[in-house]
Amino acid sequence: MAKQSVVASEHAGRGRAGKASLVPGSKGLPELDRLIHERMRLGIVSALAVNPSLSFNDLKRLVKATDGNLSVHTRKLEEAQYITCTKSFQGRMPKTEYQLTAPGRRALQRYLSHMEAIIQAMRGR
Amino acid sequence: MASLHQLPPTRQPVGLHHHAMDNLRYIRETMERAGEFTAVPGWGGVAMGCIAVAGGFLAGRQRHPELWLAIWIATAALGLCIGLLAMLRKARAAGDELFAAPGRRFALGFAPPLAAAVLLTVVLVRAGLPAALPGLWLLLYGAGVVTGGAYSVRVVPVMGLCFMATGVVALFAPSGWGNWLLIAGFGGGQILFGAWIARRYGG
Repeated sequence: MAKQSVVASEHAGRGRAGKASLVPGSKGLPELDRLIHERMRLGIVSALAVNPSLSFNDLKRLVKATDGNLSVHTRKLEEAQYITCTKSFQGRMPKTEYQLTAPGRRALQRYLSHMEAIIQAMRGR
Repeated sequence: MASLHQLPPTRQPVGLHHHAMDNLRYIRETMERAGEFTAVPGWGGVAMGCIAVAGGFLAGRQRHPELWLAIWIATAALGLCIGLLAMLRKARAAGDELFAAPGRRFALGFAPPLAAAVLLTVVLVRAGLPAALPGLWLLLYGAGVVTGGAYSVRVVPVMGLCFMATGVVALFAPSGWGNWLLIAGFGGGQILFGAWIARRYGG
């Protein structure tokens, strides 16, 4: 199915942010950023795009993730320098805050453009 | 490299198109949900509260009801302008148009009770019932905050309910309490809730 085909494409190739063209015969389209193409990472980046910062618990609630799952995905985004993580203490409670970086915001904008370009390309057929 | 070129041509474009649409929808919905945090300005609310306290004390010193009314109207207009500017400033900090949906939703819920308050103010002043104004203003402003903040974080509709409760008290309390209840509601209430929102959900 189409969704499976996208997943197949996602896993093909390696790179820092993992980029590959998604639309057949569409050399003019921007390359797909597979790092934020993953649903949960896309949710994290989207939520941070409209907030100066979000705590770990806020993000967990917004993307409906478990602690472990969210940690894995935020770490991947941190490694790509799409988000930054600040750890502090509120009283005795540890607090983790995430912020979207300028490269992260640009990556989201590129991804949005890519999705719009796919839709336009398909409508034109 | 596994490629989409290998897939059946009849099913592939439709699937991709829908997948892209689905992704865009997911991004928009996530942003709107997350945008709840940004819709109401915290420090803007504190500023509005401070202006209401200052305006209230100034209005309380007036002997003529017309002057009292004029000061409160000016205070309300100034407060609304500051609130609007604070919302725009917060929106810009969070990413401009991404904020549009939650902000628009708040404005659509907030505007009708506010418009009703303006019209009823004219009616009550003409009927010679200015003593009913504090209760009416607090009640309808609170109703606007409740309806506008219905999809926002929980503290916003709670704030609106507190305004409404203060308005109910003002409607049935002696007329001499009216100005103090306005100061308590529009001043104290806005400052307390504004500081809470700023601290918990960002400026």
